[in-house]
Amino acid sequence: MGLGSFAKSEGGRAATLLAPPFLYALALLALPILAVVLFSFWTQDFMTIDTRFTLANYREFFDKPIYGVLLGRSLMVSGIVTLVTVLLAYPVAYFLSFHVPSHRKSLWLFLITIPFWTSYLIRVFLWKVILGYNGVINSGLVGAGIIDEPLSFILYNVNAVIITLAHAFAPFAILPIFVALEKIDRSLIEASRDLGETRLTTFFRVTLPLSMPGLVAAVLIVFIPTIGDYVTPELMGGAGGKLIANMIQTQFLQLNNAPMGAAIAMVAMVCVTAIALVFVALNRRWLRGRG
Amino acid sequence: MRGAPLRVYAILYLLFLYAPITLLPLFAFNDATIIAFPLSGFTTHWFTDLVANAALRQAVGNSLFIAAMTAIFATLLGLCAARAGAMARFPGKGGIIGFVMLPLVLPEIIVAVSLLIVLRQVLGLNLNNWTVISAHVLICTPFSIAILNGAFQNLDPSIEEAAMDLGESRFSAFRLVTLPLVMPGIISSMLIAFTISLDEFIIAFFLTGANPTMPVYIWGLLRFPAQLPVVMALGTILVALSVTLLIIAELFRRRGLARAGIKDTGGFL
Repeated sequence: MGLGSFAKSEGGRAATLLAPPFLYALALLALPILAVVLFSFWTQDFMTIDTRFTLANYREFFDKPIYGVLLGRSLMVSGIVTLVTVLLAYPVAYFLSFHVPSHRKSLWLFLITIPFWTSYLIRVFLWKVILGYNGVINSGLVGAGIIDEPLSFILYNVNAVIITLAHAFAPFAILPIFVALEKIDRSLIEASRDLGETRLTTFFRVTLPLSMPGLVAAVLIVFIPTIGDYVTPELMGGAGGKLIANMIQTQFLQLNNAPMGAAIAMVAMVCVTAIALVFVALNRRWLRGRG
Repeated sequence: MRGAPLRVYAILYLLFLYAPITLLPLFAFNDATIIAFPLSGFTTHWFTDLVANAALRQAVGNSLFIAAMTAIFATLLGLCAARAGAMARFPGKGGIIGFVMLPLVLPEIIVAVSLLIVLRQVLGLNLNNWTVISAHVLICTPFSIAILNGAFQNLDPSIEEAAMDLGESRFSAFRLVTLPLVMPGIISSMLIAFTISLDEFIIAFFLTGANPTMPVYIWGLLRFPAQLPVVMALGTILVALSVTLLIIAELFRRRGLARAGIKDTGGFL
């Protein structure tokens, strides 16, 4: 088939239509990321960029403990946030899929997604109001006479960052799990019950494995973006709750050291991608081992 | 009843989701500079302060412009991709669509720094509203595609073929037959892109020029305790606006599904 006839075929027309979004993503996503890779091997020389290839930025990353500490803390926070979010979200998704009558499902989904579409910045700030020294929780507990002194361990530390992020990413976790649960053929569950499994063993041996794709999607869609958030740690984390994204932001916008910032971003991205790939691979193996 | 504990849990979960937003109006109308309990009295003072603030008005104007442009361009790109997605396969199609959808899972800071490097260091451009728009289009296009995919995939291709058999050209068949059928999806996609862009901070903070967008301006206000009630008032308006836009978007999405004659199965994503 020649190029001309391909352009006239339906596949060819589809390709032509797909060209604008593809070229846009190529120009504004792929090429810029390539530029980040390139910059990470260059150095900032006062006001100019020294374009000689060097590993100096990466050496600095692994030599100075601060970067490793921040990256480790970031991965830990993202990991905990993912775990908490997905564990809390699963029962909600399960309830939506199995117990809500189908004409009410879209209302429930709508209610769940609304808070997600409101200003992220303001939501984060409101958590500060809830968790703060004079905040809702503390004034409530002191007022009720349960505690004498306001609790201080819930703001300006890693806990506060985890609570806020877990709240912000809740809908991201519910939706993919819900979609996976909806796809499960209900007769499989009936069959399992007919064959003598209890409700609980049916869940662990039928429903849970079948909903795994949704669970994996939920984990990835929470874990990956949380690494890139600097708003929550900046507002909620205090001195000891800063994360790797804060360092990237500082390098770019305050220290004016784009190459170092690029190198940190690269290391963070490689770590996140590696963890995500290992997670997906382990999950595949686990599912196959059962099947 | 079976599932009763689950229902209680789901309702508690919704309360957890809504807890922060419900505080907004409380403090927006509270007659005290300090954002804490107990509340002291009713005032609309903070809303008048808000309207009087010229810098804020300008930031809101910037954000509305950016959001409107983002909505238009993201939806145009989304239309191309969703229409192509509903057509015949060709080699590499799945990969290309996956690549266009990538910003959905990429940490936003990566998008922000990579564009900053290219725009500032490589091209030497000054940052302005259009630099923010270009990035917002990138991150909103996947959402537009997801919404429009729903509209296109449920469309019966034979309707358009029938129009062409009856003498319409390919383009006029699309304009007269397909476009009206997917119009609710288009409006829904524009509203969602508008909402995302209006609230987006992480990328805007890197790419905004001399005139900040509204979230970037709010970020600056958060450092001044005296300004916080004004932020609360602004937040109240924003949340009300977002919720209104979302309800309209949802109504259009449902109407689109009804037009295509299919059962409603889920929300936006």
